[in-house]
Amino acid sequence: MRKKSKSISYAKWGYVFILPFFLCYFIFSLIPLLDTVRYSFFEYYRSGIKEVGPTFIGLQNYASLLQSDMLKYGANTLILWVIGFIPQILIALLLAVWFTDVRLKIRGQQFFKVVIYLPNLIMASAFAMLFFTIFSTNGPVNSILMSMGIIKERIDFLGSVLGTRSLIGFMNFLMWFGNTTIMLMAAIMGISMDVFEAAEIDGCTGFKRFYYIILPLIRPILAYTLITAIIGGLQMFDVPQILTNGQGTPDRTSMTLIMFLNSHLKSKNYGMAGALSVYLFIVSAILCFIVYRMTNDNDPDGSKAAAKRREKEERRRRK
Amino acid sequence: MKSKKPNALRSVVAHTVLVILSFMCLFFFYILIVNATRSHADLQKGFSALPGKYFLTNLMKVANDGTFPMFKGILNSLIVSGCSAALCTYFSSLTAYGLYAYDFKLKKVAFTFIMAILVMPTQVTAMGFLRLITNMGMYDSLLPLIIPSIASPAVFYFMYSYLQSSLPLSLVEAARIDGCGEFKIFNRIVLPIMKPAIAVQAIFTFVGSWNNYFVPALVIQSKDKMTVPILIATLRGADYMNFDSAKIYMMIMVAIVPIIIIYLLLSKYIIAGVTLGGVKE
Repeated sequence: MRKKSKSISYAKWGYVFILPFFLCYFIFSLIPLLDTVRYSFFEYYRSGIKEVGPTFIGLQNYASLLQSDMLKYGANTLILWVIGFIPQILIALLLAVWFTDVRLKIRGQQFFKVVIYLPNLIMASAFAMLFFTIFSTNGPVNSILMSMGIIKERIDFLGSVLGTRSLIGFMNFLMWFGNTTIMLMAAIMGISMDVFEAAEIDGCTGFKRFYYIILPLIRPILAYTLITAIIGGLQMFDVPQILTNGQGTPDRTSMTLIMFLNSHLKSKNYGMAGALSVYLFIVSAILCFIVYRMTNDNDPDGSKAAAKRREKEERRRRK
Repeated sequence: MKSKKPNALRSVVAHTVLVILSFMCLFFFYILIVNATRSHADLQKGFSALPGKYFLTNLMKVANDGTFPMFKGILNSLIVSGCSAALCTYFSSLTAYGLYAYDFKLKKVAFTFIMAILVMPTQVTAMGFLRLITNMGMYDSLLPLIIPSIASPAVFYFMYSYLQSSLPLSLVEAARIDGCGEFKIFNRIVLPIMKPAIAVQAIFTFVGSWNNYFVPALVIQSKDKMTVPILIATLRGADYMNFDSAKIYMMIMVAIVPIIIIYLLLSKYIIAGVTLGGVKE
């Protein structure tokens, strides 16, 4: 009895301790979110110094967004993300396997890890500015290629669709492959040594070891990496914004969704910005839900998957 | 014996690939450093692999440039990132401790809520955020860049996992028996235990805030309040062709170098911290 009353008296401290977080979240995220949703139903923009609205127009903003270039920008974002992500995950998998392979004995592992993680911490906007100067028509890359005799005429990297998109993809690759490598390494190192030893006795080495042992066992973390990478890709902004000065040149082929949002916000086109935000919110909410299912402790998926794996292994062993 | 040869071959391949990748990572920074030490006239002539002697001249040019107050920008960035890191780690620890150590009715709801918003992008609320801070009179000030960091779900999750693995509740009980108040328990006992987690997250929050561009670009208007990424963006928007290109390289270098120094000093902890944050045990 006494114990119970004591625990109730402590409970209030729980509320006190979590109050700042929730207060801050409600004020700076939840209220803005509701406000954003509300204005998405209004015609509300500024043309010149004249402010139009707010007038309630229902779903018109949503409809006109669908008719605008939004879908094209969505496709751009997807293309840019894929160009960066595919090499990123492949290289990261390869490096993670190499780093964790005891037999391979990579020398200077710590050095390599430090180097490949470095670009992840670099300011994306400064990195983009650097690429802009280096790859400009009279920049160092062109000079080097010219003096080596590889090219005859200077290449206008940022003038072509392929050049700009590849540069953005390449930068995203450089900035994220180290991070992914380290994540996947931790996942592989989490696999029990017994499994590897048993596999080796059964003659499972090299590619088989990768395909039949490592890949299935790190699948949950691979999935987590994929989803968080998609969320990151959805937010792609700094690199293309700085590289193309917010224009998404050439011909808006490198304009991403957040750049589109940014241009609406800058021109104080609140109605459209609101509707676009709601679209983005719906997509992110779905992704968030998947991450939630993955990270939650009472995750039914994770345990089920583990049970299934165990069962499979058992079956394989019996065979 | 039989397996030795392919392993040697694999080892050569692996090392070659790693060297190439490292080269790719470092090459651009090498160009940056070399070009930041050369003069504009030298740069026009073409690329040289060797650094020049104009490092200090270029640095002075950047320091004295009134249109791009780089060092004022660094100061602003330091203030924002430092305060964000401090607030974020302290309040995330506090929240994590509150949810970990106490039993209360809404505990589960609160935890589920935070987990649900774990990876929600801040961009989707940007429009409402902008209107809110304008109404609160905080437009064009550094405060809206600092205060929201109190609520960082990802840092909370990291702190919570850390508490689970390293704070026995019996310790809290013992402190209570000794008559220690709840806040005192947190500040004097829990915080010191969480020091390693706080250090790692402080670094990541600092770097994240230092590099953040989207929100500051919307909030900050006046030149003397601009943070480094906005200055870089203004640099990109400026009339580029009439620029001293050596100065541009130096500006980029000034923006990047503080983080590189922090990284090289703390790389061990940072790399260890990457996996602690993201991977569920």
